[in-house]
Amino acid sequence: MALTTIFFLILSVVAIGTAIGTVASRHPVVSAMNLVLHFLMLAGLYLTLNAEFIAVLQILVYAGAIMVLVVFVILLLNLGKEDSLETGFTARKGVAMTFGAAFVIQILILFTSAGSFTHEITDKSVNVGQVKNLGYILFTKYLFPFEYIALLLLVAVVGALLLGKKKLFLERDLPEKSLK
Amino acid sequence: MIESIPLEYYLILSGTIFAIGSVGVLTRRNAIIIFMCIELMLNAVNISLVAFSSFLGDSSGQIFVFFVMAVAAAEAAIGLAIVLALFRNKRTIYVDEINLLKW
Repeated sequence: MALTTIFFLILSVVAIGTAIGTVASRHPVVSAMNLVLHFLMLAGLYLTLNAEFIAVLQILVYAGAIMVLVVFVILLLNLGKEDSLETGFTARKGVAMTFGAAFVIQILILFTSAGSFTHEITDKSVNVGQVKNLGYILFTKYLFPFEYIALLLLVAVVGALLLGKKKLFLERDLPEKSLK
Repeated sequence: MIESIPLEYYLILSGTIFAIGSVGVLTRRNAIIIFMCIELMLNAVNISLVAFSSFLGDSSGQIFVFFVMAVAAAEAAIGLAIVLALFRNKRTIYVDEINLLKW
């Protein structure tokens, strides 16, 4: 077996395992740590696809920024174990399992019925994931979406600040204040 | 040229992780874990985008992943701020105890 195949198999098995760990663990911190490991495995998988820029971004943005935010919120809310985790079979669980099984079966049917995908990673596509190529296409073909993302992030910052404020309404808008 | 892994492997991995994430969103009660499961689903889609981009030799897929990451970062900030505001008002983040808008 080739080295890349072994690498891929290890990464994907750990990625699926940590994904199940994220969903199934009782403690939110354990979930978060599983998710960090999952993101690192995905970064490795991107490297097997010659997508170096996306792999670095995955570690910086997901494992670095987003998960730190999640862990900080868990810390602020002082979350412990879920005291009343649903045990046994409930209707909601049944629906969820049906959905999940349907997804997996759909994928398996797709791959057993469809013919083999003929595309191969060629020498031309090895360079696709490089920063030079991505930067060029980002600032030419996708310039407008790029600017729009900047606007979206600005809106997100303002929205998060507004939602995170202690009082959502101004003092003068409260009814008891106007009675005085 | 190194021998490459078939595209199907990546797509099956992506679909499996997406299914795990969707089961998590549907079964868990904790809002933060639901949020993390949504991140799982976004990442599952990212795997298939990068795989197609790399196999077809087209950079657009990786640009889409870049945009998905930016939207996920915005969603993380807003979502966690909503969770914090919710906890401040209702003292719970279990989604089955939050029924303010329930008819």
